[in-house]
Amino acid sequence: MEWTNTADVVVIGAGIQGTAISYYLKRRGVEKVVVLDKSTVCSGATGRCGAGIRAQWGTEMNCRLGLACVEKFEGLSQELGMDIGLNQSGYLMVAYQDKEWEQLQKNVTLQNRLGIASRVVNREEANEICPGLGAPDALGFTFHARDGHADPFLTTFAYHKRGRELGVIYHTGTTVTDIKVANGKVFGVVTDKGHIDAPVVINAAGGHSQFIASMAGVQLPLFSERHEIIITEPVDAGVCPPMLMSFSGNYYIQQRPHGSIIAGCSPAGHPQDYELGTSWQFLQQMTRTMLAVLPRTRGMRIVRQWSGLYNMSPDRQAVLGEADDVTGFFVSVGFSGHGFMFGPVTGEIIADLVVGREPEINVDMLHYRRFQLGELILEPAVV
Amino acid sequence: MERPSDKIIVCRCEEVTLGAVRQWIAEGYHTFDELKRILRVGMGPCQGRGCREIVLREIAAMTGKQMSDIPPGSFRPLTRPVKIGAIADDGGE
Ligand SMILES: Cc1cc2nc3c(=O)[nH]c(=O)nc-3n(C[C@H](O)[C@H](O)[C@H](O)COP(=O)(O)OP(=O)(O)OC[C@H]3O[C@@H](n4cnc5c(N)ncnc54)[C@H](O)[C@@H]3O)c2cc1C
Repeated sequence: MEWTNTADVVVIGAGIQGTAISYYLKRRGVEKVVVLDKSTVCSGATGRCGAGIRAQWGTEMNCRLGLACVEKFEGLSQELGMDIGLNQSGYLMVAYQDKEWEQLQKNVTLQNRLGIASRVVNREEANEICPGLGAPDALGFTFHARDGHADPFLTTFAYHKRGRELGVIYHTGTTVTDIKVANGKVFGVVTDKGHIDAPVVINAAGGHSQFIASMAGVQLPLFSERHEIIITEPVDAGVCPPMLMSFSGNYYIQQRPHGSIIAGCSPAGHPQDYELGTSWQFLQQMTRTMLAVLPRTRGMRIVRQWSGLYNMSPDRQAVLGEADDVTGFFVSVGFSGHGFMFGPVTGEIIADLVVGREPEINVDMLHYRRFQLGELILEPAVV
Repeated sequence: MERPSDKIIVCRCEEVTLGAVRQWIAEGYHTFDELKRILRVGMGPCQGRGCREIVLREIAAMTGKQMSDIPPGSFRPLTRPVKIGAIADDGGE
């Protein structure tokens, strides 16, 4: 694609956030939208994630967003004209501790009040939902059938493909090195390929978003952690159809429609060195967890192990909106372990904010101002 | 334009045809990693041992680039598939 030095909006990052935001900007009639990525499309956290989608959250804000995400994903293949690999086999939450079990039940009450049809299920039912389930020490389970996952590659490429058809310009292999700001307004970006002048610049740079923000003189209290994950060879369906997730058990495990089982956990201490290595410590803890939770995985083979960055904020919630002191500089960052599922919904919200439309869900409380005001959103339901 | 060789399976693990690879190269996906993400080519138990060369050669042919100028794509552990029980039971800390 020919390089030109002006745009109406420059989006930094071609993960789920950047591809979705740019697509929705075009849908709102923005003329010239340019997406820049230092690597390739879907090379960041998005292409490395578990891709789980859920409405089972513990705060009102996240329940509302989560339900909106589930609904959005249900119509997304049709909206984008490409199969995004949605699989709704539910999330089965597993509690091992008294306090955790109390919390999960409280969450269900909140969820039900907000229109989410989650419920407490007993052991027998849990075994029907997840035939491979072991976890003899579990105290209780909750389930929401509309939760599930989508293919993160297909979802991102669907936004990429549709966006390009509508005229979004992508420059991959292009690193943003500086952001131009004057008189409290953003007016462009500098890259290793040249500069682009634009009155609006959107930071969707995932694990590197804090560096992008500081280029614009905006200091965000974000950092990034490396999280590892594994996948097995494909095996017969029906071992673990739902996403099995436990906060105290410290895992999420799910079988993909094509048979592979994908699993992640958080061993103590996540390296913050921005490397993407893998460790024996993780591999061993994860396989031991799998044996306890899904005993019949013993003979299945691990095919691949990799890692990606969680972009973390002080309350592990997203940071959305326009910068206070730099007009035209928007951020869509800090998603910790749940930025894939929120992408389609927050992509639309950011596009609305850019064109000055009132978004369907008010996300003022997710502005980074909350860190200065001490108004953190303490979400009890995260791994 | 369809070619007889389009039906050839280049990735046996994930059953990806040469035709599918060609279609996405034509759409502008010119790296192994992007084709892997969209087609799952190279994601099966053999980890691309059979298909990587073929895909890289096809990218070269369709883009007119030298094979040596095309990034080979990432290589991820494990070197070969290992049973979960074998890893979990290993006493070594
Ligand atoms: C192991 C793991 C499991 C996860 N599981 C889930 C899950 O089950 N459900 C869920 O919803 N989320 C999950 N997540 C989180 C999710 O992956 C992320 O929140 C989400 O993908 C973030 O999307 P993004 O578009 O903001 O960032 P990314 O996908 O990381 O994209 C950012 C892009 O910015 C580019 N970039 C960075 N710096 C520059 C620069 N200077 N110039 C140009 N480009 C730049 C990068 O190359 C990258 O492509 C998981 C994450 C990991 C690591």
